[in-house]
Amino acid sequence: MKRAWPVLVALSILGVGLLLTGVMENRYVYFATYVILQYIVLATAWNILGGYTGYVNFGTPAFFAMGAYTATFLMLACKAPFLVLLLAGGLISGLLGLGLGYLTLRLKGVFFSIATLALTVVLQTLIINWEFVGGAKGISIIRPATILFFSSYSKFLFMVMLCLATGAVAIARWIERSWIGQGLAAIRDNEEAAECMGVPTLKLKILATTLSGGLMGMAGVPFPWHVTLIEPGSAFNLDYAVNSLAMPMIGGTTTWLGPLVGAVLLGAAQQVATVTISSELNLLIVGVVLVAFVILAPEGLVGLVRRLVKREHA
Amino acid sequence: MATTLLEVQHVTKRFGGFQALTDVSLQVHQGECLGLIGPNGSGKTTLINCISGVLRTDGGSMRFRDMDITTLPAHRRTRLGIARSFQIPKPFTSMTVLENLCIPLAYTAPIQDRGADMTAEAMAILQLIGLEAKAHMRSAHLTLIELRKLELARAMAARPRLLISDEAMAGLSSAEVDEILAILTALNARGMSIIMIEHIMRAVMRFSHRIIVLDAGRTIAEGTPEEIVHNTAVEKAYLGE
Repeated sequence: MKRAWPVLVALSILGVGLLLTGVMENRYVYFATYVILQYIVLATAWNILGGYTGYVNFGTPAFFAMGAYTATFLMLACKAPFLVLLLAGGLISGLLGLGLGYLTLRLKGVFFSIATLALTVVLQTLIINWEFVGGAKGISIIRPATILFFSSYSKFLFMVMLCLATGAVAIARWIERSWIGQGLAAIRDNEEAAECMGVPTLKLKILATTLSGGLMGMAGVPFPWHVTLIEPGSAFNLDYAVNSLAMPMIGGTTTWLGPLVGAVLLGAAQQVATVTISSELNLLIVGVVLVAFVILAPEGLVGLVRRLVKREHA
Repeated sequence: MATTLLEVQHVTKRFGGFQALTDVSLQVHQGECLGLIGPNGSGKTTLINCISGVLRTDGGSMRFRDMDITTLPAHRRTRLGIARSFQIPKPFTSMTVLENLCIPLAYTAPIQDRGADMTAEAMAILQLIGLEAKAHMRSAHLTLIELRKLELARAMAARPRLLISDEAMAGLSSAEVDEILAILTALNARGMSIIMIEHIMRAVMRFSHRIIVLDAGRTIAEGTPEEIVHNTAVEKAYLGE
């Protein structure tokens, strides 16, 4: 039974989500929760590489946009069904992650991070010059008028993202508790020592970059339908890089719970601020909160709570 | 004649224009304690890095248990049975002492056993090393001798046939040196071959069956501890003409 309860939790989350789509009609709720769920996927995916393995990736927008543009391309080229788009987006971004994995052979630390940032710029430039998917001015996407099982497309997109978020968190949790997670942690602590203790560092790093990239790409696939317009500026938005890094840092990078907590708190705060204060204030909030956490609680909320609990027991 | 465990043949290593190792050959026999000495910068750690696979050689070959390991990555060599400690301790700082040992225990085990509970095995090693009291302490909080012991314990957890100890005693007090020496002797008594790099001559002389001396990337002498003490080339390398 001990192994069954996480599966039950995941299934009940999906069940509750499905129930919600039956009773709730407010479209803004779906729009806002979609964004938060999307950040759960991005933050969790980022954390597999950044938190578990210790390779800080500033290239989230590149992976996210690759998913979005793969979907756009396939939709324009052959009107592929949504599930195919989702898998293809994950695959292409996963391949991009695979390439990034080999990059870790030569680039470590801050140099790796700079390379991921460069990757984003290079890919954005390529897309800007590719007219078929809209080029610099972008392309309008028309949502299908009807969708099976759901009364509106927003609900469908919400459910897709809920599935992705649940799946991403489940994968992260499984990795963290398996010997793979231990190996990734060893790489993070000391890569040379890890290799000498029998950890196949290259293989594990490639696994982490591929998985992380693939999940980010899948999170990007529904994006064109969510905003109904895809253009390079928003798909490659630097907000994704900042947020997907800040959320795990605020929540705590060493556990699967950290990015989840960080994404929910920060994502919700951003949504509230967008409506009540200003849509441009988002990043300022992120910046202030991130600085505060790095100084006051470097192990994130999860680490902070753990420390307090320990003190209570001691 | 004992069987050869490790055979290093004509190994060369360059760093840019600097020749760190020139045509180094050596053997380690089953159950042997080999001392590796030489002045600072003579290439001892470079040689260890080549044997353990951290560095690739620029020439020559290496065989371990009758297998060519020259191009194998380090983790494969560890699984074959070569484990090392680091001169500057490199613990997994986010983990406890016990978890540090679980990494090599898991990754040198067959793939289907990797999820198994390694705690008992790790504790047995910690008891042998005398670190069991610190098992649940974060390795970042250890003292120098504890870190050196952890280095040895973690290398042992890789279930090696050949243990390479890279200056495990540097910076330790005389009593602590004896403590480490006793551990290594006990390991050797269990049949483990050991290469010991050390500057503390008292320890090397007492421990080694055979000593190899490196100077400026070349082997300049090889023999029993008594022979090495009386070797004029070794004297010259350490003291000058």
